[in-house]
Amino acid sequence: MADSANAGQGGAGHDDEGTSRRDFLYLAVGAVGAVGAASAVWPLIDSLNPAADIRALATSRVDLSPIEEGQAITITWQGKPVFIRHRTAEEIETAEEVPLDDLIDPEPDAERVIEPQWLVMVGICTHLGCIPLGQSSSDPKGDFGGWFCPCHGSHYDTSGRIRKGPAPRNLDVPTYEFADDTTIVIG
Amino acid sequence: MSGLKTNNRVIKWFDHRLPVFSYVNEHLVDYPAPRNLNYMWNFGSLAGIALVIMIATGLLLAMQYTPHVDHAFDSVERIMRDVNFGWLIRYIHMNGASFFFIVVYLHMFRGLYYGSYKAPREILWGLGVIILLLMMGTAFMGYVLPWGQMSYWGATVITNLFSAIPLVGDSIVSWLWGGFSVDNPTLNRFFGLHYLLPFVIAAVVFLHLWALHRFGSNNPLGIDAKGPQDKIPFHPYYTVKDMFGLGIFLILFALFIFYAPNYMGHPDNYIEADPLVTPAHIVPEWYFLPFYAMLRAITFDISIPFTGIVLIDAKLGGVLTMFGSILLLFFLPWLDSSPVRSSRFRPLHKQFFWVLVVACLVLGYVGAKPPEQPWVTIGQIATAYYFAHFLIILPLLGRLERPKPLPASISDPVLKSDGSGASQAKPMEKA
Ligand code: HEM
Ligand code: FES
Repeated sequence: MADSANAGQGGAGHDDEGTSRRDFLYLAVGAVGAVGAASAVWPLIDSLNPAADIRALATSRVDLSPIEEGQAITITWQGKPVFIRHRTAEEIETAEEVPLDDLIDPEPDAERVIEPQWLVMVGICTHLGCIPLGQSSSDPKGDFGGWFCPCHGSHYDTSGRIRKGPAPRNLDVPTYEFADDTTIVIG
Repeated sequence: MSGLKTNNRVIKWFDHRLPVFSYVNEHLVDYPAPRNLNYMWNFGSLAGIALVIMIATGLLLAMQYTPHVDHAFDSVERIMRDVNFGWLIRYIHMNGASFFFIVVYLHMFRGLYYGSYKAPREILWGLGVIILLLMMGTAFMGYVLPWGQMSYWGATVITNLFSAIPLVGDSIVSWLWGGFSVDNPTLNRFFGLHYLLPFVIAAVVFLHLWALHRFGSNNPLGIDAKGPQDKIPFHPYYTVKDMFGLGIFLILFALFIFYAPNYMGHPDNYIEADPLVTPAHIVPEWYFLPFYAMLRAITFDISIPFTGIVLIDAKLGGVLTMFGSILLLFFLPWLDSSPVRSSRFRPLHKQFFWVLVVACLVLGYVGAKPPEQPWVTIGQIATAYYFAHFLIILPLLGRLERPKPLPASISDPVLKSDGSGASQAKPMEKA
């Protein structure tokens, strides 16, 4: 670009390295222009992000009392399925006994629950987003007695932790709290 | 070429002001093409015709279709049952996508076999790879529109690929969705993009042809034309040949449309999307299967040996492998270091080419299978071969292989074809 800028040979403002004041102006204008263009483009890109009505999606309130021990239900929260499982003593025990070294994504069972009998998780496989099977009693539950994702074969244990297969992380635990003994509020 | 020949004064008047007639004449009538092109050179024009068919039927579908999660599935069923000839238009569009890919894949393997990507056609080849990527995006988003179970779960799995990107992955995915899962905003933007991208493809096709006509077509011998005796005008020789090929294409196309319209589809896509139930077995459309197999081939983390520090986890590894398999094609002209284009004169390359074809077919087969043994291992071997072919075998062959002697010119082997072993070209195969 210096070529055309310096066409009028020996013009004023040359320093020893052969750069000119005009080169500097080109760069400065280019930089300001780039910043301006970027800030003009941002609203366009950001318009594709979740809109206010979608972000405002309310929290979900769930009554746990009808769920018998050993049963599980699926509810939706922010358009995503949430698994709520009333775990049996046996399931809790197996989950607690696993040595952390055996885990792909080490996390003790106690950190994944508020009350050990209630396991609440986002029911979306952390691999590529399928919904693992294991909620109903007739579903395959995988090699670790929890959930099995049929899409690419991820096995989750009774704490929803990834044990085998391509998924990198345990099933996510959403933020939730107990409103009273048998009601939780998710979100 | 002497340019447009016409006595029509209106055409002359117009052409003087806007030379479209001269342009068409230069590129589709007088255009000098090598005289020995075989039927593998039909697929380019077929791809162009397929694009026109897709745009025409797509436009008519768009006039009946409703891009809303509550209505999309029903509006497609209405097209099938109530709209006059709606079933025909939709079946043409659905099977048209498959035929488009068949034609383009054959077109690409033709290029691989005859070395059409070599200098001076590197840009031409690269533009072709861009067209392939755009087609994949278009077909993927089109498949989401009928909002069936496969639409929904295919969209979920594929958009989730981007969550493998470190740090920003999750933000990118929610940006793609416009929400927290695949939902109405996703369907709307996919419809918008599905409408737009074919026109972008048309623009890149234009550049592709521009690059093609700069040096003209390659040919089965892979040698440059030495003069006018090696060329024949596009019209009538290749217009006729292309029309004949189109006839065959349309017969096969019609067989599917009228007798097996759902053969290449998946029955689950006639069940409306349900965000709470994943189908037992998610498979993409057949034309994505080889890539899907490569995605699933990476079942292991890549870590620094003995430290247990994971550099690339299995998920990111699969995604990189899948996209890498296509991006690799951009570098093909420089990976293949042999100066000889056509495999006819490259005895080793010819064999490895067919191994590559088999590897791709195996990948396609594995992609349709559940992720269990022995398919996982077979998929890994085929994936390894695919990459080795381009990254190891081709660069080595250029050095190790001893090509057969090249004929002196395109017309040479034709003229002394009887008995002389100089080439396997079928005499006058073409004109
Ligand atoms: C590169 C060219 C194109 C390809 C490869 C392509 C591919 C596809 C595919 C695979 C489907 C799903 C078919 C099904 O399962 O029902 C589809 C649907 C659709 N496409 Fe396209 N398409 C192309 C061009 C277009 C254009 C240009 C338009 C609009 C002008 C369009 C409008 C539609 C509509 C409205 C649907 C939904 C209706 C349906 O599912 O049948 N397409 N497309
Ligand atoms: S999405 Fe669950 S294993 Fe791939």
